[in-house]
Amino acid sequence: MPPLIEAQQIVKRFGSLVANDHVDLTVAAGEVHALLGENGAGKSTLVKMLYGLLQPDEGRILWRGEKLVLNGPRDARRAGIGMVFQHFSLFEAMTVAENVALALDGEEPLPRIAARLAEVSRAYGLPLEPRREVWQLSVGERQRIEIVRCLMQDPQLLILDEPTSVLTPQEAEGLFATLGKIRAEGRAVLYISHKLEEVRRICEAATILRGGKVVARCDPRQESAASLARMMVGTEVGSVRHDAAEPTGPVRLSVSALSMPPAEAHGVALKDISLTLHRGEILGIAGVAGNGQDELFAALSGERLAPRAESVALDGTAVGREDINARRRRGAAFVPEERLGHAAAPRFSLSENALVSGHAANGFVRGGFVERGRMLGWVDAVTKAFDVRKGPRDPEARALSGGNLQKFVVGREILRKPAVLVVAQPTWGVDAGAAQLIRQALVDLAKEGAAVLVISQDLDELLEIADRIAVIFHGRLSQAMPVQGLTREALGLLMGGSGFPADDAAPGAAAREREPA
Amino acid sequence: MTLLEAILLTVITASTPLLIAAIGELVVEKSGVLNLGVEGMMIMGAACGIVAAIATGSGAAGVLAAVLAGMAMAALFAALTLGLAANQVAAGLALTIFGIGLSGVVGAAHVGAQREGIGKLEIPLLSDIPFLGPVLFGQDPFVYASFALTAGVAWFLTRTKAGLILRACGESAASAHALGYPVLRIRFLAILFGGACAGLAGAYLSLVLTPFWTSGMTAGRGWIALAIVVFASWLPWRAALGAYLFGGITILQLHAQGAGFRVPPQLMSALPYLITIVVLVAIMRLRRGGTAGPANLGTPFVPDR
Repeated sequence: MPPLIEAQQIVKRFGSLVANDHVDLTVAAGEVHALLGENGAGKSTLVKMLYGLLQPDEGRILWRGEKLVLNGPRDARRAGIGMVFQHFSLFEAMTVAENVALALDGEEPLPRIAARLAEVSRAYGLPLEPRREVWQLSVGERQRIEIVRCLMQDPQLLILDEPTSVLTPQEAEGLFATLGKIRAEGRAVLYISHKLEEVRRICEAATILRGGKVVARCDPRQESAASLARMMVGTEVGSVRHDAAEPTGPVRLSVSALSMPPAEAHGVALKDISLTLHRGEILGIAGVAGNGQDELFAALSGERLAPRAESVALDGTAVGREDINARRRRGAAFVPEERLGHAAAPRFSLSENALVSGHAANGFVRGGFVERGRMLGWVDAVTKAFDVRKGPRDPEARALSGGNLQKFVVGREILRKPAVLVVAQPTWGVDAGAAQLIRQALVDLAKEGAAVLVISQDLDELLEIADRIAVIFHGRLSQAMPVQGLTREALGLLMGGSGFPADDAAPGAAAREREPA
Repeated sequence: MTLLEAILLTVITASTPLLIAAIGELVVEKSGVLNLGVEGMMIMGAACGIVAAIATGSGAAGVLAAVLAGMAMAALFAALTLGLAANQVAAGLALTIFGIGLSGVVGAAHVGAQREGIGKLEIPLLSDIPFLGPVLFGQDPFVYASFALTAGVAWFLTRTKAGLILRACGESAASAHALGYPVLRIRFLAILFGGACAGLAGAYLSLVLTPFWTSGMTAGRGWIALAIVVFASWLPWRAALGAYLFGGITILQLHAQGAGFRVPPQLMSALPYLITIVVLVAIMRLRRGGTAGPANLGTPFVPDR
């Protein structure tokens, strides 16, 4: 019997870049097949071609042994290929049922879709309410919509692009159970993930891409996470050197009883948040996206002022009413989550971006005039210290790849030798090599006496570099717990809300509360 | 004919072009495109409408020419904003300025040329009912068309799959594309529809309301239509309400001045915009930030290939 799908010698070029270079991929029916590789290795390009979103320049796709030409996602769906996107392709202002209807071809009346939706979601244990609007739903629920609407097309092959990156460990368990059911029905799954432990657990075959080429095929169950990582990166990935310790130094950053209403309609209110951050310590803030991380970051950085000055203190000075520049002058530095658009202005050159965050405290401005030489010197220093790879000396920020820009925006702040560094999602969507470099830099910064606060959804990252971890949920922050003896399970439960007081909360938060852990 | 009846009749004629143009723009904006060129498309409709009507002697030919002129202007806008992914605000403003200028050229030979307007369509028997008859059943075809358009668009947007897809393009073009919908083609059709409506509204001005051509005769109605879309928070029936509210204000202002009330006319003509701003703020307050507008409104979309 021929395999379910077979991609043969696929080539895809974008200008001079060869995103896929004679790639072969074979997935058998009933198989959970992992597609591994670093960012930019060509995974997304490949699956977009399998889903008809892009057309290959060379090569062919065989479906059950017969040639398959996909002119668009509709063709793929008709053939029996479904896809769950990494960045959800949902419409926020529409209901669950409408979102499902948009993914189904043909004129099926909404009430019938809603009925079928209820049926399918029950069959796979993925509860959903058809009439709710998507913006009210948690990330986990949104993903359920994507999966359910795929399953409603009765696909033979389901493509999942980094499905667990936004889920709590418990939610991920739920997903694995669903995948088990899907496989048991004889459907195949093509599973893209960075999380190697997860791949080893649920996948029975793997194709590994590097630089657009297939570099290995293996059975991940026979491999170790380290050997898989080696195949992905091509070299040994070092681990971060860090010995977690109980904090002993003086308090550098403290937040006491901070409460703030949300800044926008679907935002989260911060409720009675208290924390202390000591000299030489890394404190991790874990939590599922949308539980107040953005709001906490804005309050710490001064992008939003706290109601009372005493709510936020830097080295003992109340700064709650000071803006971000005043806090920078006191030795604090901030790296927000969104690197392009928040941490860096896309169309500004790197030197201009250095000025944007450094004009207050870096001596880039003298007598009202910008010191271009100093700015360029700064760019060079960051480039060297953080191995930022770029073509010209001073390109626009948007010309850098995600990992390199992240190295730049983190490096830009770390080189200032801040007393306090607050960083959100330091390695989000960054390849393994760059992530390791950034994490090590954070650890080293703390070792030199700074206090570092890391807000991250990546539990493995926090467990690797943090000394203590607190969990944020519905705008409340748990006690910070030392990492020694802390398990993923315990953190996962907190991230799902157990142990937090029951909530009155905003509509968004109320919706999240329905989430079974 | 009572005074009230007369006022109502003039309100209807003042509101109809606003409603037609607003409904067209509403569909455009629902697809995620902000076309600020309504005024330009409208005045081109007015100019081409009357020129064609005079040339052929047929009102129907005038209406057809007006619709085609509006669509041609819209196609130009689409070529810039969809084909070349130009900034929609700049392209829309340019379209308005271009339309006002070009319409002057088109209509130059016919300035002040009188023409009999398109008559009323009296529905037999019903139009003889006192008061209600002339108001409800003795109107020109455009009035009926404007309400048919409103009902049709409301039904299309909320009840049909095609309407759902159009809204999806306005909410998130990237997501719609990922699902396999031809975002640019859908937006193109929406822009053409908006152009046709604006052209039709223009035809109403030069063929019915004041049946002759003078340059600049749209007098800002295209801008009011844009304001109505926002005022209506992108709901068709609320756009009808807005059109009649704003149409009513213009007429009442005339009657108020006729009756000797000293209201500065400048204030009255600014009222639609003031009210729109007030309503926008009120909506923001009620929803605690964020408007009811399509999330991707005004964002160009370029599919990767």
